Amino acid sequence: MAPSLMPDLSRAVWTVWRRNWDVFFKTYHVNFLPPFLEPVLYLVALGIGLGSFVGDIEGVPYIRFIAPALIAISIMNSAFFECTYGSFVRMYYMKTFEAMVATPLSIDEVIAGEMLWGATRSWINASIMLCILAAVGVVDLPLALAIIPFSFVGGLLFAGIAMCFTAITPGIDELNYPAFLFITPMFLFSGTFFPLSVLPGPVQAFAYALLPLTHIVTITRSLALSQPSPLFAFSIAWVTVVTIAVFLLSVYLMKRRLVV
Amino acid sequence: MHPDPVIIADRLKKTYGDIAAVDGISFSVEAGTVFGFLGPNGAGKTTTMRMIQCVSPRSGGDLCVFGLDPAEQPRMIKQWLGVVPQETNLDPEFTCFENLMVYSRYFGIPKREAAERVEELLAFVALTEKRDVKIEHLSGGMKRRLLLARALVNQPRMLILDEPTIGLDPQARHLMWEKLRELRAAGNTIVLTTHYLEEAERLCDRLVIMDNGAILVEGAPGELVERYVGSDIVEAERKPEVIACLDEMGVRYDIVGDMVEAMTPDPREVARRLFETCNPGRVFVRRATLEDVFLQLTGRNLKE
Repeated sequence: MAPSLMPDLSRAVWTVWRRNWDVFFKTYHVNFLPPFLEPVLYLVALGIGLGSFVGDIEGVPYIRFIAPALIAISIMNSAFFECTYGSFVRMYYMKTFEAMVATPLSIDEVIAGEMLWGATRSWINASIMLCILAAVGVVDLPLALAIIPFSFVGGLLFAGIAMCFTAITPGIDELNYPAFLFITPMFLFSGTFFPLSVLPGPVQAFAYALLPLTHIVTITRSLALSQPSPLFAFSIAWVTVVTIAVFLLSVYLMKRRLVV
Repeated sequence: MHPDPVIIADRLKKTYGDIAAVDGISFSVEAGTVFGFLGPNGAGKTTTMRMIQCVSPRSGGDLCVFGLDPAEQPRMIKQWLGVVPQETNLDPEFTCFENLMVYSRYFGIPKREAAERVEELLAFVALTEKRDVKIEHLSGGMKRRLLLARALVNQPRMLILDEPTIGLDPQARHLMWEKLRELRAAGNTIVLTTHYLEEAERLCDRLVIMDNGAILVEGAPGELVERYVGSDIVEAERKPEVIACLDEMGVRYDIVGDMVEAMTPDPREVARRLFETCNPGRVFVRRATLEDVFLQLTGRNLKE
């Protein structure tokens, strides 16, 4: 019997989210360091080091060009790794999902709660990074503050993509495939460290059609530099549609895996 | 007043592809009783539990829990169930107290009420001293007791336990049994699976023995022993003379390794005749147990 495509959700989703939130703050000392450290390392190495050779890109200094991309990458990584390795460990090794569905919670709510939590991780990390980048003066305030609410939406997109992989992976080691074959190329080829316009036309089209990070970078860069890209509206629409689609798909795939 | 059964299963079936894990079983569990599922590994016990818990949809037949259909109203049913899983799935990052509080949130129990209940439950399972200790510092027995407490946070109408004392030392097992008997005395309905036959004999009012997805027998433990084995077992060395003797007496027996086990309601007479006429070497007389019934019905071969 195929599971229903419409998720069975109630307000109880927040109790799943809250469980992960509580765990996160139990171990905050290991959780808060990366978002502080990462942007500083990249800014110094790439922005100052490499940037001194690069000069301006599209009329902005290199360090200001990559600053919003660093936030976009953090949005991607936080949710993606939370909802692949993190969720897989909770599902398979810790049997947390099993404990939860023995209560009135539905499996749909467990998965939705996990993804909302993944999005929250993106939101937390992006917010911290934004503060640091603002302090160094490489993003434009106040418009850049809009990245804070947007990071949750962008996080939900990657949480959904991640959860689809988690739903179909045979084991935890196979999660390395999407991490290396999908996340790493995106990290480099989504207009992050150089503009997509230098790539051949078909590659550009591919990036805009299929690489989610491209749209996240377009949006964060538009907000951080107060220069809306001509593709801004398209990117917002792309992110909205795909986020909804992968949310529904991941819940469906997870039910197919777990409701047996 | 005769209350309706808490669980009614009628030709309940679960198939995976061509394999029937549960092959059309029928049983019912009365309120306020302890009902056991026994059987070797792979018999279909856990699958049956999962269907009752509304986490595994049935493939055929009817199932009714608290008068409701698990396929239609899983949330209602789960609200009234307490589940102790076979594998420990507590949250390792949390203390005992926090584990139960987080769990009670899943049931939507208001925080203040939950906190009161959690303190009571920690006392009930003798873990008050460990209230603020993380799970990783608990012994196996403590973890099982905490799982029992967790299963009680929603004041369930029925408790489901899958192998409640697996891997515990004798002290911890006895403490667990004591708690389960207290719960039964308080009028709780308890459904458990076990392959410890001593456990089933001590705890269960009624039980079924399953094998290959089917129910082989159902009854009260004492009644099953009486029906299938008789009251006592006489064990003697496996010698041709002994076997000839038993054949002559018309006593039912089993050959187990280098011993012969004779089932009889009159062990003294069988032992006396063995000694007098057939030089049996060592002879033991013992009470027949559920284990003898189990081995009779499911065979002595390894199941896996």
